[in-house]
Amino acid sequence: MARKLGMEVSVAIGEAAKLANVDVVAAYPITPQTHIVEHLAELVADGELDAAYIPVESEHSAMSACLGAAAVGARTFTATAGQGLELMHEVLYVASSMRLPVVMTVANRALSAPLSVWGDHSDAMAVRDIGWVQIFTENGQEVVDNVFCAFRIAEDPKVLLPVMVHLDGFHLSHVIEPILFPEQSEVDKFLPPNQYPLPLHPDKPVTMGDFGPPIIYSETKWAQEINLRAAKEVILKCWKEFGKRFGRHYSPVEYYHSEGAKVLLLTMGSFSETAMTAIDKMRGEGREVGLVKLRLWRPFPFKEIRQAVRNAEVLIVLDRALSFGGPAGPVCSEIKAALYGEDKKPKVISFVGGLGGRDITPAGFESIINRGIEIGQKGSENEFEIFGVRD
Amino acid sequence: MTKPEGELTWKDLGIGSIVTEPGSASQYKTGDWRSQRPIYDFSKCIKCALCQIFCPEGCIGQNAEGYFEADLFYCKGCGICARECPTWVITMVEEEE
Repeated sequence: MARKLGMEVSVAIGEAAKLANVDVVAAYPITPQTHIVEHLAELVADGELDAAYIPVESEHSAMSACLGAAAVGARTFTATAGQGLELMHEVLYVASSMRLPVVMTVANRALSAPLSVWGDHSDAMAVRDIGWVQIFTENGQEVVDNVFCAFRIAEDPKVLLPVMVHLDGFHLSHVIEPILFPEQSEVDKFLPPNQYPLPLHPDKPVTMGDFGPPIIYSETKWAQEINLRAAKEVILKCWKEFGKRFGRHYSPVEYYHSEGAKVLLLTMGSFSETAMTAIDKMRGEGREVGLVKLRLWRPFPFKEIRQAVRNAEVLIVLDRALSFGGPAGPVCSEIKAALYGEDKKPKVISFVGGLGGRDITPAGFESIINRGIEIGQKGSENEFEIFGVRD
Repeated sequence: MTKPEGELTWKDLGIGSIVTEPGSASQYKTGDWRSQRPIYDFSKCIKCALCQIFCPEGCIGQNAEGYFEADLFYCKGCGICARECPTWVITMVEEEE
């Protein structure tokens, strides 16, 4: 039987990693992620979790140590945020290129300067192209569930890729929520032991991350691309299996009152929950508005996105990051690219908001939707609009 | 490796391009980077082995007569051996072919 416990989401993530029976945690504390790795350090120190905890001197070292651990076949976990994710940057590419199934939760945080410990998606967008599987979550239960799924996806013999689970810094990481925890035996059944096929071992030497001259580099990168795209099938199967066992269902793109809606709003992460409140209110007033939530960020769910928005007239995309000097918010750019070749598609309107921890209230979402409809009708000379900036 | 590197397709590559054959770097012909090649006047050689010690590639060994000579499969032609040889046995000449 699952247990329902009121718990800070960061602590719950530590508990999930424990239930996933991790072998190695290498981490460096950074707000707003600190409580995750702090709790894991406690669990190891108290003898409740039999794992090696490597306290490193930086995030660059944290990810490097995770590579080493994953390379010997250990189940490996870490967490970071904001500047920490940036400091890891080059090593993140190595993890995916060497096909090492590291799992990492990222408590999304704004990037400096000015210094901000508060949440937005600028850290996530800066690691868009690193070749990891990337999942966004809306609440604590979703993070916990997707930590289990992340290990199963990462370690699947067809995938063998690192997986990043994004949760909004503070908005999720620091709130106390009632969370359902499965029994250890249920997790064990869902998550078989990690059997990395080519671990580093003196008896059977292998070379990882060796030299790739021009004669072979393109082939290695294409193999990586094919591999990440093919991971989607395993992700879908994993979520289906999770739903069957635990009764909570996940999809690459999720809907809220979107059927028959002429106007759709698209969000990612915890702000989707606030947006749902706004949609409820507007639906109550007879407005034909709905919400589409993008859960699977990489591999990008082209088919599902096209399917989700094809009957709408206006699609308003909210980004929580800027692409300085670029065409729109980064998520919106990708949505536009995915729809460009379609015959039947909505007008896509880009909004950026919720930067550096600034809230967007249900009333805020309502005004974004109303302004989006207005732009849809009258057009706008701007590539995108920023929400809630004092003029 | 079953095929030469230049014939491998992306489908031939294993997981993460992990190399499962130990010591396969020895198949890599670093000698084709060379623009100069060492030639020897062994009549001056005192067999001190300084060239072997200084060679950054580790490609200098003793031939049948005990003289020190570079393996041109690996020698990158850096000329350090010619510079360090105390009896001027080694001269670097242009690779022209």
